[in-house]
Amino acid sequence: MTQPVLHVDRLKVALPNGADRPMAVQDISLQLRAGETLCVVGESGSGKSVLATTLMGLLDKELTVAGGVVQLQGESLLDASQARLRALRGRAMGMVFQEPMTALNPVMRCGEQIDELLRTHTDWPSSQRRSAVLDMLALVRLPDPERMWQSYPHQLSGGQRQRIVIAMAMVMKPALLICDEPTTALDVTTQKDILQLIQTLQQDTGSAVLFITHDMGVVADIADQVLVMHRGVAVELGSRDQVLHSPQAPYTRELLAAVPSMTPPPARSLSDTPALLRALAVGKTYNTNRALHDASLVLRAGETVGVVGESGSGKSTFARCLLRLIDPSGGEIFWGEDEIATLSEAQLRPLRHRVQVVFQDPNRSLNPRMTVGESLVEGARNFGMSAFAAQALAEQLLQQVQLPTQAMGRYPRQFSGGQRQRIAIARALACRPQVLVADEAVSALDVSVQAQILQLLRQVQQQYGVGLLFITHDLRVAAQLCDSVIVMHQGQIVERGPTADVYAQPQHAYTRSLMASAPGVSV
Amino acid sequence: MAASLQSRLWDHGSVRFGVAVLAFMVIVAVLAPWLGTVDPAAMDANHINKAAGMAGDFALPDGQVLAHTFWLGTDNFGRDIYSRVLYGSRISLVVGIATAVLALGLGGVCGMLAGYFRSVDMLLMRFMDGLMAIPAVLLAIALVAALGANVVTVVIAIAIPEVPRVTRLVRSLVLTLREEPYVEAARALATPTPVILWRHILPNAMAPLLVQGTFVAASAVLTEAILSFLGLGLPPDVPTWGNIMAEGRVQFSQQPGNVLFPALFLVPTVLAINLLGDGLRDVLDPKFAKRVG
Repeated sequence: MTQPVLHVDRLKVALPNGADRPMAVQDISLQLRAGETLCVVGESGSGKSVLATTLMGLLDKELTVAGGVVQLQGESLLDASQARLRALRGRAMGMVFQEPMTALNPVMRCGEQIDELLRTHTDWPSSQRRSAVLDMLALVRLPDPERMWQSYPHQLSGGQRQRIVIAMAMVMKPALLICDEPTTALDVTTQKDILQLIQTLQQDTGSAVLFITHDMGVVADIADQVLVMHRGVAVELGSRDQVLHSPQAPYTRELLAAVPSMTPPPARSLSDTPALLRALAVGKTYNTNRALHDASLVLRAGETVGVVGESGSGKSTFARCLLRLIDPSGGEIFWGEDEIATLSEAQLRPLRHRVQVVFQDPNRSLNPRMTVGESLVEGARNFGMSAFAAQALAEQLLQQVQLPTQAMGRYPRQFSGGQRQRIAIARALACRPQVLVADEAVSALDVSVQAQILQLLRQVQQQYGVGLLFITHDLRVAAQLCDSVIVMHQGQIVERGPTADVYAQPQHAYTRSLMASAPGVSV
Repeated sequence: MAASLQSRLWDHGSVRFGVAVLAFMVIVAVLAPWLGTVDPAAMDANHINKAAGMAGDFALPDGQVLAHTFWLGTDNFGRDIYSRVLYGSRISLVVGIATAVLALGLGGVCGMLAGYFRSVDMLLMRFMDGLMAIPAVLLAIALVAALGANVVTVVIAIAIPEVPRVTRLVRSLVLTLREEPYVEAARALATPTPVILWRHILPNAMAPLLVQGTFVAASAVLTEAILSFLGLGLPPDVPTWGNIMAEGRVQFSQQPGNVLFPALFLVPTVLAINLLGDGLRDVLDPKFAKRVG
């Protein structure tokens, strides 16, 4: 048996005093051999990124290694000097991070950035380096390597930028490639290509890959081994099939159960009530750029309509037009019976309680300088409720979203992401809306929290009969929640229909590629 | 966020130094009459150009005669420098604080309007560009000349050139804050626009605004001294640090103290305000704050 590329034994990393637990990473052991892929899975705060930065020797100053062994090809990394680590990074271990835009230097040509690595780690003449860089650019399947060499990061798409980062990581053919959520910031169709690319490069070079992700679908697609982490502890380590299909640890089972299935549940029967929200041929043009074109929809009481698409598809523009947070360039929008597309802000204000919104980012959806109570009563007060009644309503809504009423006096920063999203839902409900627009409302949350918020949205819908417009890029979530879906691509609606039909037999070519790209279709 | 804001501020060395020096200056300014001073405008022809530390009987204008030690000497009118410097700190602090408040107030309102309302933006910002094109001291001189020299006009004259800078800062803050989801949520909740500006935008723009305020105050103290020194500020009989230095300038080689002693108060004051501002920015600005993930 050959020596493992990476050998980690009982690694401990201590958090600073006052953190929620003493150890960021506790007694993690793993072995990774050449050509193998190990996926480290966990939710936010599980310590998976700390593990990666420890291996790279880039640990935050606040954190300290408290014990254990880390060996790369038999050489101890924890005892290595900074100079030695610098030499190893790039040559023996490559790194790919989540956000390719920040991983690249914006004022340096992409070719020069790859070249810099070769200059540091080899004594090749410039012509040899140049041809090596161009070969590498071709290897990561970027079109026209010569032009890519000359390009600046901002001139490339997100997927192309991530290919440049991968080229940088792999140009020295490192024994170990560490990927920290490399596809999380990318669209699903791009993600699929990047995952394939990493696998192909791995086969060519025989590198070992340590892949950090929160996405069980990605694990199913690429892992040989899986390490499941929870609060710094390895709860399960095993082969992919073992972990995914016969998980031993209860936490792994919970995590897997929280992943929504791609198969929609049987359709609900909905009564044919009058439309609460109707859009006819809505368009939005920025200068000459048509962000949204000819979009229509009908939303009835108790119904959930999903708007699915990748970034830049116009789905958020559509939602913001429907909310009249931006002014549409054309078309008609009805809130109930009232046409509101061209109303002034003052005319709109008395109608605004009908359509409410929950945004994506739980850190920014609540005013950090206002207490939860102040945020909750704001809407009700605006619509003429007395301070006393608004207070009572806010307390009742807090209970409904399963938060204690003491939360009223606290500030948003004292709550977790999931709790803040609950508060945002309660704030929207305080206006007694007919329609709730959820714009990627669960996209920033961990799967287990996501499942709870989706459950809450279902409950709210049942109790109040609101129409729910659910904007998402996540096909799995849409499958579970929506009665019908609208698929958007490049500012246009390309397909619409009952969820079960669209998922079973997608008609449009784009919908088909979207469905095929969803990670881990087999799970 | 482990420690409270107050303790994080107090843990910052330059905040502590700035607060200590400024507190000392405020105490000196408030208690000036009880710190062994005489009327700062009183002249005694018997005590012209006394060296520091000399003692003598000081005749006040009302005929009263006091035994007095001239800790910092006297000027060429026979006025007590020590008393003038201590009383001068009142003018400097009042001008510094009042200018900062006025500039932040005007600039804050203009910046919020320009940042939030596209229609106002164009007109208001071109006006501010025009204002910025005029050198600050020149504008101040013109305003003092037009309005007459007293504390109020000096404050206005120093504050006006600062307004465009504050406006630009606030405008850029508002431009980012207005896109924040919580502001959009407030719009969806039918919150009236003035309330959005007051409750959602202003509190979140406050930290950088406060920091800017300290820099405005520091430069106002300095500018007031410059104007006085040039003879364009408050009338020469009013004790300000700039006036004392201006009068001391002509006999600097014989009596360097008349320039140096007010400077010994001016420099630490400006330094303290600037350090306080630096510290505030370090603690309040998330870009400088060390975050533990």
